[in-house]
Amino acid sequence: MKLPRWFHQLGSPPYVYRLADRLCPWLGWLGVSLLVVGAYWGLVIAPPDYQQGESYRIIYIHPQTAYIGMMSYVVMAIAAGIGYVWRLKLAHAVAVSAAPIGAWFTFCALFTGAVWGRPTWGTYWQWGDPRIMFEALLLFLFLGYLALRGAFDERDKADRVTAILAVVGVVNIPIVHYSVEWWNSIHQGPTILRAGGPAMTNDMLAPFLIMVAAFTLTFYWLLLRRLQGEIVEREGDARWIRELVGAGTP
Amino acid sequence: MTEFFLMDGHGAYVWSAYGITLAVLILNVRLARAKHRSALQRARELAAQAEAPRKQPTVRRLQ
Repeated sequence: MKLPRWFHQLGSPPYVYRLADRLCPWLGWLGVSLLVVGAYWGLVIAPPDYQQGESYRIIYIHPQTAYIGMMSYVVMAIAAGIGYVWRLKLAHAVAVSAAPIGAWFTFCALFTGAVWGRPTWGTYWQWGDPRIMFEALLLFLFLGYLALRGAFDERDKADRVTAILAVVGVVNIPIVHYSVEWWNSIHQGPTILRAGGPAMTNDMLAPFLIMVAAFTLTFYWLLLRRLQGEIVEREGDARWIRELVGAGTP
Repeated sequence: MTEFFLMDGHGAYVWSAYGITLAVLILNVRLARAKHRSALQRARELAAQAEAPRKQPTVRRLQ
């Protein structure tokens, strides 16, 4: 099987670095604009919920941040797995870049969930609730991954060992997703991806989906910017980096 | 206007959720930029080192 040229180029650090330079302005500006539009629509234009009143407006950021946290983990695990199997340094760089972003978004999901839980369930936190517990585990997987990296002096060794953790931990992702269906949880069930279509009217669904797109674009913007830093760090004194920083070649 | 910010008594919950999320987004942009910048700075130093004429003898004396 012959793979197309662009596929091979994705393994080349200078190519990916320049590709990120071209994509980032689009991802960044589009992401931020949609965040503004979605937040305004969700906070001001969308009507209040008939049961939860105004507090439901957290739905425009809580599921989105949770989904970005989970997507970060999947990106990290796939990249780490590719890096492990094919010994591709660039793939490890992607995994390392996704981890802190995922940790921050998972923290956001837990925080926004807590302040939504207080007016809705009467509690910020419920020990033993499957959705909350497995989401917290997701945060600890990210933090464990980063801590484990810090324990190695050699980057190659850190890449290989943490890749195993990243790949094994991916089993948690379907558990987080299906936890509200598999167990009795105080957490509400799926609102959008459910049998019978979204349980939301269009004037609520539109800002919801805009925010999903906005957070997704913002995530890839952050990922590519972090990846660029990681590439420069790893490539060290490669010739193209020297040209990049404006030093002449000896 | 005040009514909008009070959110029918749920203002503290809604605004803290949006506030923290916004703060995390801004922080992440800054962290990504700081990392990129420091990596470029390090690369610049490495390039300068490589360009500087070598004054030390390349063969070290055995001690």
